[in-house]
Amino acid sequence: MMTLQVNGRAHQVDADPDTPLLYVLRDDLELNAAKFGCGLGQCGSCTVIVDGNAVLSCVTPLLLVEGKQVTTLEGLGTVDSPSPIQRAFIEEQAAQCGYCIAGMMMRAQALLRKNSSPTDEQIRAELEPHLCRCGTHMRILRAVQRAARLMQTADASTGQRSAQ
Amino acid sequence: MASSRIITSVVAAIVIAGSAVAFAVTWRPAIAAIEPLAPQSFDAALVKRGRELAATGNCSDCHTVRGGKAFAGGLPVPTPFGAVYSSNITPDPETGIGRWPEAAFRRAMRDGVDRDGRHLYPTFPYDHFTNVTDDDDRALYAYLMTRQPVHAPGRKNELSFPLDQRVVIAGWKLLFLRRGTYQPDSSKSAEWNRGAYLVEGLAHCGACHTPRNALGAERASAQFAGGDVDNWHAYAINGQSPSPVPWDAEALFAYLRDGWHPDHGVARGPMAQVVSNLSSIPDSDIRAIAAYMAGVFGAPAPDRKRQGEGVLAQAKSPAPPADGSNAAGAAIYAAACATCHETGRAPPYGGINLGLSTAFSSPDPRNAANIVLSGVRPVEGERSPIMPGFSTSMTDEQIAALLNYLRARFSNQPAWTGLEKTIADARTTQTVFLQTSPGPHNAPADPAQRDKP
Repeated sequence: MMTLQVNGRAHQVDADPDTPLLYVLRDDLELNAAKFGCGLGQCGSCTVIVDGNAVLSCVTPLLLVEGKQVTTLEGLGTVDSPSPIQRAFIEEQAAQCGYCIAGMMMRAQALLRKNSSPTDEQIRAELEPHLCRCGTHMRILRAVQRAARLMQTADASTGQRSAQ
Repeated sequence: MASSRIITSVVAAIVIAGSAVAFAVTWRPAIAAIEPLAPQSFDAALVKRGRELAATGNCSDCHTVRGGKAFAGGLPVPTPFGAVYSSNITPDPETGIGRWPEAAFRRAMRDGVDRDGRHLYPTFPYDHFTNVTDDDDRALYAYLMTRQPVHAPGRKNELSFPLDQRVVIAGWKLLFLRRGTYQPDSSKSAEWNRGAYLVEGLAHCGACHTPRNALGAERASAQFAGGDVDNWHAYAINGQSPSPVPWDAEALFAYLRDGWHPDHGVARGPMAQVVSNLSSIPDSDIRAIAAYMAGVFGAPAPDRKRQGEGVLAQAKSPAPPADGSNAAGAAIYAAACATCHETGRAPPYGGINLGLSTAFSSPDPRNAANIVLSGVRPVEGERSPIMPGFSTSMTDEQIAALLNYLRARFSNQPAWTGLEKTIADARTTQTVFLQTSPGPHNAPADPAQRDKP
């Protein structure tokens, strides 16, 4: 038995330490946002956040995330209360088939937490490990920029409230 | 009185003679500046040949900052003595070589002296370029003088006294600069001679693959015995090569042409940039380099050959079970590595069996650490190898466990020592590398460079 911290909750998981994190997320915890694409760490659709960093969960064995905080897209927001990154992707209609989008959002989220106003070039470089066969790249780019603005506004209003 | 006068005159004579010799050794005249030349004044065929030669010489690699303007210089080249910044070799009249006549360019290549007569640091590998023919220098000059001029002033080198005094370089040259070290060998084929000319001259393979002495010069007695570059180990490419499968001319050709070989793996780190540049040179020159280097590697001894065949056979058959002494390393390998490296799928889409990888049989663990941290980035528009980096998902301790496991399982060499420090160092330098890398243009086979004048 291993304890996994996912989206702020501790889960007891009965799996071998060499099991890929993705399998446990999808099959045991039924968190299906992270997708199985290539299974080789080459397409990015399985990306989740581990301790603030974007990580390819299909090539990450469980023992590497022991004691760390795993965040999946489900941990960012809900349908009723989407997070800024989710709102931005909806508002820009950045998904076509949507298979790659959860991974794209997770890496973008990790990027925006480190760099609140990235340039288009920085976003392109950061999202390079992600493949999108539908070709919504320009919308994804716009969505990440929009999310950056949304987060700044949110941070600013929170800051104002706490300052008052 | 008389004797002291004699002594004084003798001393004076020695000082004067010494100064004259020192002056003769160190002083080089300036070569008069010219008015900038119109790009149209150069023959297009000459410029095209110059492009291929510049690619062979890997000039852009040192003379371009990652993501910066081509050939504008300013890249810090780390040396044990401090950083030396590459110079601007675009035809900008103020900050580049726009006012250099061809004679000044030729002198820089042959003698390591700039147009003003200043000695250049041997980070610019004129100990190799001195072998380049006048014709090839002319083509290189034509190519560089027709590039986009970029205004980019040179940066001050980070060298301490006395090495910041360029007169010191004159002494270095006396000791180590041998002109005409390459001489054609009439007993060998034209292809071999072409390869020798390229390898010993413009391609300057030894600059990375030959170890250096305390004064930073290549050790002639240990040619191609393995060296250092940018926190990577440049493997021995002579009889001491640690590659599990011995190299031959065919394998070298394929590797230098494609950037990977199914029995050896992928060119990465600084070698990826070399192969990327080589992608634009003709097959015949690559074949020549391969033919010459195959001779340098030498025909493998029978037992070495047998070992190579054994490794190849093992790579094709089911993997042996792990001995269980390094459970963490084995588990990481199973989930993070084996999915690609044990599928039997050939590169570029699959990873090679790690028993074939020189990274794990090499005495130096840095390349293995670098590659686990940074992975291999794909090249835009090419079928190129790809590997994710694991810098954010593994701690130094976990990578050490993995590398220890791989070393024990895939090589018959003794365990590496000091791995965690190697990994910590690699993390620092790779972070710098990854932040400054433009990605695709550093990777094998850059298609953007193909067939351009």
